[in-house]
Parts: sequence; C-alpha cells; structure tokens
Amino acid sequence: MPPETFARRYRVRKMTSAVMTAFCAASVVLALIPLALILFFVLRQGLPALNWAFFTEMPRPVGEAGGGMGNAIVGTAILIGLAALVAVPIGITCGVYVTEFRTSRLAPAVRFSADMLNGVPSIVIGIFAYAVAVLPFKRFSALAGGVALGVMMMPIIVRTTEELLALVPSTLREGALALGATRGRAVVTVILPAALPGIVTGVLVALARVAGETAPLLFTAFNNRFFSNRLDQPIASLTVQIFTYAISPYEDWHRQAWAGATVLIAAVLLFSILARVVTRRLERMHRA
Amino acid sequence: MDNEAVVEPGIRIQTAVRAQAAPEAERQAIVIREANFFYGDKQVLFDIGMDIGENRVTALIGPSGCGKSTLLRCLNRMNDLIEGARLAGRVDVKGRDIYAPGIDVIEVRRRIGMVFQKSNPFPKSIYDNVVYGLRIAGERSRPRLDEAAEASLQRAALWDEVKERLHESALSLSGGQQQRLCIARAIAVEPEILLMDEPSSALDPLAAVKIEELIYSLKDRYTIVIVTHNLQQAARVSDKTAFFWLGRLVEYGATPQMFTNPRQKLTEDYITGRFG
Repeated sequence: MPPETFARRYRVRKMTSAVMTAFCAASVVLALIPLALILFFVLRQGLPALNWAFFTEMPRPVGEAGGGMGNAIVGTAILIGLAALVAVPIGITCGVYVTEFRTSRLAPAVRFSADMLNGVPSIVIGIFAYAVAVLPFKRFSALAGGVALGVMMMPIIVRTTEELLALVPSTLREGALALGATRGRAVVTVILPAALPGIVTGVLVALARVAGETAPLLFTAFNNRFFSNRLDQPIASLTVQIFTYAISPYEDWHRQAWAGATVLIAAVLLFSILARVVTRRLERMHRA
Repeated sequence: MDNEAVVEPGIRIQTAVRAQAAPEAERQAIVIREANFFYGDKQVLFDIGMDIGENRVTALIGPSGCGKSTLLRCLNRMNDLIEGARLAGRVDVKGRDIYAPGIDVIEVRRRIGMVFQKSNPFPKSIYDNVVYGLRIAGERSRPRLDEAAEASLQRAALWDEVKERLHESALSLSGGQQQRLCIARAIAVEPEILLMDEPSSALDPLAAVKIEELIYSLKDRYTIVIVTHNLQQAARVSDKTAFFWLGRLVEYGATPQMFTNPRQKLTEDYITGRFG
C-alpha cells in the first residue's frame, strides 16, 4: 500500500472512530436524561413538602392540612419484609438446584419458569395473589401483599443466585468433594459462602425493585388510612398511597404524593448503596 | 534426613537399596487392571495396568491430553462428576475395588486426598481451610481440631509462616503458600494416598522447589501419585515413573532407569524433548 493511501485510510479510520465514540457518548447522555429529569422533578416538588410530620403522622381527613404517611412507610417495610421471607429461601434454593443439578431434566424447566414469571406483568401477579391469598379468606391483607411481592421477587433471586453460583470456580467444588464432602455439604459450606456477596446484592436489588411496585398491591394489601401492623388486615403502602393521592383532586394530597415519591426514591437509592457497601465488606472478608 | 542428603543422590541410593531387597515384597497401594476410560463415546484410556507402591512417589508423565490426569482422577473417582464419564476395569486401593457397587464414594475420597493444579483454598480463614475435611467428617472437638491444624500445617511446612495469622483469610496467602495450605488441608484428614495434579505448575520456581521438598518429606507417610509436565521434577521427586502417550501406558519403571535408559524409543524421544 503506497504511503499516501495508507495516510488517507488512516485519517478515515480515525474519523470513524471519533464519530463512533461521540455517538456512544451521546447515547449515554440520552439514557441519563430521563433519570436526571425524574430526580429533578420529584425532588423539586417533593422536598418542599417533606417534613418530620410526614414520617410520623397518619393521613389527615380531606380538607385538613398536614399529616403524613407514617403508616404507609411502616406498611411498605412490612410488605417487603414479608416478600423477602417468601422469596429469599425459595429463590436461593431454586437457584442452587438449577446450578448444582444442571443435568437434571427439571433444571431447564425451573430456569424457563423463572424467566416466564419474571416477564409476567405485575398486575397479573396481583390477580394471582388475589385469587390465592385474598379470596379464600375474604379479606385484603398484608400477607397477601407480601405474597404478591414475593412472587415478583422470586424469579429475580433464582436467576441471580444461579448466575453467581455458576461464577464460583469449579475447582472449589472439586476441592470440597475431594475432601469427602457430599454435594449438599459442598454447596452449603463452600459454594454458597463464596457466592454470598453477590447473592446479598441480588436480594437487596430485588427488594428495591418490589418496594416500588403498586399494581400487585392494589387488590392484595389494598390500603389502609390508619396505622396497622397486623398481617391479616389491609395495610397501607407508599406506592398505593402515592397513587391514591396523585389521582385525587386535592392540592394538599398532591404535595403529599410528591413527598411520598421522594421518600420512595430515597429508599431505593439507600438500598442500592447498602447493597454496594455490604457486597464490598463481604468481598473484603473473602478476598482478604 | 536433612535436605542436603536427600535432594539428589538420595533417590538413587534408596532405589538401589530397594532393588536389592526383593522388589516383589513391595506392598502395592493401588492396583490398576485393564482400565479403560470413556468420555461418552470417546475412549481416553486404553487397557491401563499399573501397580503403585505403598509409600512411594509415582510420577505420571506424558504430553498434554495423554490421559495421565484422567487416570489420576479415576483414583479418587473425581471423574464421577463428569457426565458421560465411565470406567471399565478394576482400580483396587488397598485391596478394595473402589468401583465396586456399594462402595461409598465419600469414604473413598476421604481416604484418598487430592491436590489440584490451581491452588483452591476456600474463601475462609487459614484455620477453617485446614480443618474443613475434619469438620465435615463430624469432628467437633476444638482441641483436636487445633492439634490437627498445627500438625498438618507443620507437615506441609507452612506452620511457621501462618501460625500468627491462622484466622486471616486463606486468600491473603501467596500462591505457593496457598498450594501448601491445600496440601495441609488434604493431609489433615489422614488420607492413605495423596494424588497431585501438577501441584507446582502454576507456581514460581522457588515456590515449586518448596512443594517438591514437601513431597519428598511426605512420602514416609503417604503413597503419592503425581502428574507433572516438568520432567526434572519427575526425576527429582519420584521413585517410579509412568509414561503415557495417547491414552496408553507406554513404559513404567524405576525413575532413574526411565530417565537414563528407557526401554521404549517413544519414552526416550519424549524425555529427550524430541516431541511433546
């Protein structure tokens, strides 16, 4: 290739590269715009409406200014706690099964079901929970809401667990088996602990995800204008409360809804940060 | 025995002494007869027959893919983990066919320790690594675990380096220390046989020398089978050497003889570096 040709082509290649880099950068900016706007609007409207009473007080009747969503904050905490109780043990066990018994004919079926379940619209999961946990007892309840959210969490945890267990080097598994460990023992004592940091992150991310769900709660946990910590009674949640307030015609409720949204976003953010901190701490323990 | 006397001439002297004292009387720890091994339809070992002497170091050498690691992994049934893997033939360990029906694989693996090519300490403390095998076997007594941990680490020549930091993560150790930890972990359960799959190939030369010295010091108590790509290593540490080629055992004999005067042309070509 004559040097002039080479130089010309080199210029073209350099330009192509610059254009592609610029394109990628532009995409990143575009992708971040919605996130930035959401944060901007929520904080602009929500922060002024936030005060201490919002966290501690119950909703006031229409027309009476002030009050808070204390009951809904507690309610959401209870609901995601229940969801974790439902989803974490089953999800992790399924994940272990799928990885450790890869050759079993059931494993692909479990994996496929998890993916299907992950794709089911949350409102449908709400209907399902309504059918199994509300209708038989003829009562909306926190428990039913927890079941709905748990069902939503489960596939996320199954898949995360599976992916992280697959990342554990097979030499660890072999090492444990070579010392006379049974398969189950190797999983519990070596493989799960090695994957633990990642699994904890997965669980926290899944919790953050379902904490923001509204649809599955509409006809399971329903809502409650009063404080309740009973699992067999309807319970308030931030998301449903935001929904109710946001579609109401009252100015004061709108402000409360924005405040609720702010708290919700802050909580999700907190979970993500927590996930990172916990992961890092656990990893440090593992990798010295 | 101090190390100086051992390293080079020691091997020859010992071998010579043994040759005089009726080699037939030597006790066999492992007896392999007509072993054929398959991965699915693909046969990777053909009619292997081998006797592995008790308290001897036996080296398995040969080019990559010759089946030596597969054979090693047949000896503690690690190949059971691979789907479609199948062994036809007999492998007797201390007089018991480990492939006989009704044999407890867990028990087999407890009696036959294994050290892998890549050191694989568990993401736990040094102490928890060493006593892992004992714990899963049900040992709960703290004094006994402590004692076993110290003894194993001593024997693995690691005690002095880690005694102050037993409860730190095993992953904080250097590569060579990790491998010695894995050896300590393997001998903590008092196995009768120790299988080593290229135990020093991932280590720097100095760390590798330590492993070799360790192998040397362990052979009083254990029967050691070692797979190695390092021919000098095989010559230095082993009493007997087996040369494999394309899944067949080509030649098996006393190490000095294998390396100075092999009977087979193929062995000679491999040892002198003409192929492989």
